[in-house]
Amino acid sequence: MRWESWAQFWDMGGYGLYVWGSMGMTALFIVFEVWQARVAHQQALALAATESQDNP
Amino acid sequence: MTIRWFYYAAPQTFYALAGRLWPWFAALATLLAAAGLWIGFAVAPADAQQGEGYRIIFVHVPVSWMSMIIYLAMAFWSILGLTFNTRLSGLMTRALAPTGAMFAFLSLWTGALWGKPMWGTWWVWDARLTSELILFFLYLGYMALTSAIDDVRRADRAGALIAVVGAINVPIIYFSVTWWNTLHQGASVSLTRSPSMAALMLWGMLIMALACWLYTLAIVCYRVRSLIIERERHADWVQNLPEVAGVKP
Amino acid sequence: MNIFFTVVVRDLRLALRRKTEVLSALFFFVVVAALFPLAIGHEPAMLRQIGPGVLWVGALLASMLALSRLFEVDYRDGALEHMLLSPHPLWLLVLGKITAHWLLSGLPLVILAPVLGLQLNLSADALALLSLTLLLGTPVLSCIGAIGAALTLGVRGGGVLISLLVLPLFVPVLVFGAGAVQALSSGLGAQAHLSILLALLLPALFFSPWACSAALRIALE
Repeated sequence: MRWESWAQFWDMGGYGLYVWGSMGMTALFIVFEVWQARVAHQQALALAATESQDNP
Repeated sequence: MTIRWFYYAAPQTFYALAGRLWPWFAALATLLAAAGLWIGFAVAPADAQQGEGYRIIFVHVPVSWMSMIIYLAMAFWSILGLTFNTRLSGLMTRALAPTGAMFAFLSLWTGALWGKPMWGTWWVWDARLTSELILFFLYLGYMALTSAIDDVRRADRAGALIAVVGAINVPIIYFSVTWWNTLHQGASVSLTRSPSMAALMLWGMLIMALACWLYTLAIVCYRVRSLIIERERHADWVQNLPEVAGVKP
Repeated sequence: MNIFFTVVVRDLRLALRRKTEVLSALFFFVVVAALFPLAIGHEPAMLRQIGPGVLWVGALLASMLALSRLFEVDYRDGALEHMLLSPHPLWLLVLGKITAHWLLSGLPLVILAPVLGLQLNLSADALALLSLTLLLGTPVLSCIGAIGAALTLGVRGGGVLISLLVLPLFVPVLVFGAGAVQALSSGLGAQAHLSILLALLLPALFFSPWACSAALRIALE
């Protein structure tokens, strides 16, 4: 292990803002994308479900 | 194998295939990402010149590669779609675009965050970053065009054409930006011209790249299923799907 | 070949009946060239340095403004469908339209640029070279822009959408066009830039009508 303490890990030798800013934004986008994909899937299913009612 | 390819070209069969595949891709992506991050943050040593700050490359390089690979994939599906007029090609291209745009943006973001501590400015007119910016615009252009056209088949084909035209232009753009860059630069700084990388760093980067690739496969398979349902919802096979029947009021 | 000239003459005649549209793009070019010194300052040395870039960007934007006109009118009154159905090769008709478009919105820029360049303190050599680069570059802009115009036929938000589609593709022309004049003023030769502009022009002339035809068929089917 490279790090002696958690504090050192978060600090990243002074580059903490940049490293975690990068990792954080990436994680944020991935989480958002996965969530958005799930929502889109539910919406598509709902749309398909109402379809049969419009076209008997 | 030709017959097998055209078998999966039908939305119905591809829906089932994608449904079986995406969980595996997602699981593998998670494992590889964990391994890559472990190597990148727990095992790999600090860089001699850049200290701990270099660790950004463990995301910057993978997302940059993916943003380019995804655009090529879009161009590939677009050429297939324009040649064979298959519906699935348009759907695949549409499914790829948002992820590609996301990776392009992340490439720019992480590039800026890497550039600031290393070279003092938030934006470096490095040839690759500038080309990446233009690639980001190309993604946005595709997404804007396909959402602006109401007729979905026309939108698919128009999007396919712009994707192919863009793909042909990307090398030209990269060449022109590299040329422009060498003329206007004083001290040559290059975000990607790093000194010979320690093997461990390289491995971490490659594993992260593979993780991103598998993530892309997972999310695109998942997303294309939603698009297929939306596009083919009139079809009997969609109406008879258990997940659709289960939602019906 | 006859049909090519027929189309060019027809388009020119139609456009000259609505002169304001043609002139407004040119006026835009003139205004942009005047706005930059107002915004940045009129110190002669600086103007000389940014001048080629300013004029090239102005030409690019003015060229783009004129693009939505290229197919829109014919699309709305049905003439475009007739062109698609005609026995003449569509790419030849499209090339005719692109040529007419360039004559109306590209060539005037080539002629105006030296005049505006005087305002920006460019030397005679720079002015000559600038005109040459615009002469080689504006047809490429028309060719590439035509593809965008064809793809966005009848689509809402067309003008802005064309810009988004087409500006990234314009970058190489801009880099080499403006770069040529920069190279001249820094003492290096501009031959390489001019060669590359020519190398962009010839494939654009060849590839664009074909791509436009494909785009028009997509839009009109």
